[in-house]
Amino acid sequence: MSWVPSERQQERDAYRRSRARRSTAVAFLSTFALVAIAVLALVSSPGWPRVKASFFDWDVAVESFPAILQGLWLNIRVMAVSAVLIVIVAMGLALARTLRGPVFFPVRALATGYVDVFRGLPLILVLLLVGFGLPGLRLQGIPTSAVALGTLALVLTYSAYVAEVFRAGIESVHPSQVAAARSLGLTRAQAMRHVVLPQAVRRVIPPLLNDLVALSKDSGLISILGAIDAVRAAQIETARYANFTPYVVAGVLFVALTIPLTRFTDVLARRSGWVGAQSTLAGGGALR
Amino acid sequence: MSPGRMRDPMPGRPLRLDRPLLSVRGVRKAFGDHVVLDDLSLDVHAHKVVVLIGASGSGKSTLLRCIDLLEDVDDGVIELEGQDITDPRLDANAVRARIGMVFQAYNLFPHLRVIDNVTLAPRLVHKASRAEAEAEALAVLERVGLAAKAQAFPDELSGGQQQRVAIARALVGKPAVMLLDEVTSALDPELVGEVLTLLAELKQAGLTMVIATHEMGFAREVADEVCFLHEGRVHERGTPAQVLGNPREERTREFLRRITGP
Repeated sequence: MSWVPSERQQERDAYRRSRARRSTAVAFLSTFALVAIAVLALVSSPGWPRVKASFFDWDVAVESFPAILQGLWLNIRVMAVSAVLIVIVAMGLALARTLRGPVFFPVRALATGYVDVFRGLPLILVLLLVGFGLPGLRLQGIPTSAVALGTLALVLTYSAYVAEVFRAGIESVHPSQVAAARSLGLTRAQAMRHVVLPQAVRRVIPPLLNDLVALSKDSGLISILGAIDAVRAAQIETARYANFTPYVVAGVLFVALTIPLTRFTDVLARRSGWVGAQSTLAGGGALR
Repeated sequence: MSPGRMRDPMPGRPLRLDRPLLSVRGVRKAFGDHVVLDDLSLDVHAHKVVVLIGASGSGKSTLLRCIDLLEDVDDGVIELEGQDITDPRLDANAVRARIGMVFQAYNLFPHLRVIDNVTLAPRLVHKASRAEAEAEALAVLERVGLAAKAQAFPDELSGGQQQRVAIARALVGKPAVMLLDEVTSALDPELVGEVLTLLAELKQAGLTMVIATHEMGFAREVADEVCFLHEGRVHERGTPAQVLGNPREERTREFLRRITGP
């Protein structure tokens, strides 16, 4: 026999539906009001006509767009290459810090020192030191292009952060998992590789994507070494048209690049049951 | 699988069947100032089931963890099949592979399917091929009644089923001895039975087991010897009928009164 909801349940459902309709209406109205106030405040400000002319010039935007897009392509390539290198170096650092035994003391100490130094140094200083200092050594095999040196600086700095994310993941796996693996006769390395790491990496994927979003923006900093990325291209276009609109175009492009990444992070975080990772629309937890 | 199968620990030396399979002599273990095991001795003969009882903190789990070399003893000797396994020159991984351990909280690997939980050690430690390991694993899962769940993930199983998978995972390496640490304490009362029934079947098959438990009815049923642990020593030992039915020591009587209620 099929289940027919009782009258009481039908009445509850009807109430919930009416509440849901009301919530949608409220959300729509409050958003509209907020946007309207912001736009009005902007447009009615005394300097708006001048700001509009120098930051939101449609013709300048259209004409500078191809050059900035080409610059962004460099950002994307730098980001992709450094992301891969960062994951490899950071995993090496995180694993080095878990090594036991006196033989590995220098490795452990080096990894710890590395993380301490490169988390403490501002990225822009690392960029300048690597970008202008390394080529000055005139060593064989050291790259001289701004893009390669910029990528190297990004990898140096970000590896220190990402190593700590990996280490947090490794330490979040309960010791009883290692005990179970070792009790079966697995070596320390086998337990790490087959039991701890798979669980650790799964747990830290949302924070890793968060760092990827940050990296996509910081890839713009390589412009200070002279690489023509989206930021540098916007700067050139700005000078050419004596108009700031190209900066706005570059900003819009960066946001367009990172939004899909952030949404993807949210989806993954929700799937792994993170508290506070509910969708923006629902707003808050499921309990009334 | 021949459960009571004896391996030759030291080739060329005749295996003495009259000697205990597992012998714990004068073991001491302290965590900081807290002495958990104090000059503890215990013998387990092949095909016998020894049940450890005692209050929380009496050292049951620590003793099992010391035997499985998950903790280093501070003093004393543990011999498995005539070999001193507390010798630091020994490959501890090879020793652990000869001992099956089952934990209170199952400790299954949540990212691996049931079949992969069971085949992990055969493939990595015993270097079996995947096909070989899976055939063996399915046979053991069949034995614990869970062959149908081979492709499930641990969190899709009930607590009792998870614990039976954990037992299968320990059994598949054909251990010389099984150590079971409060394996029913985390289970709902109605799920305890299925695990205890399985353990009774393993005893029938001749497995050597050391079981820490609070299930006195079960202890009475399967134990060849019951050891009451108190203050880090075996305070009283004997047949289940004697230790549980007519304890000699006042501490034992007191413990039994407390857990069975007034």
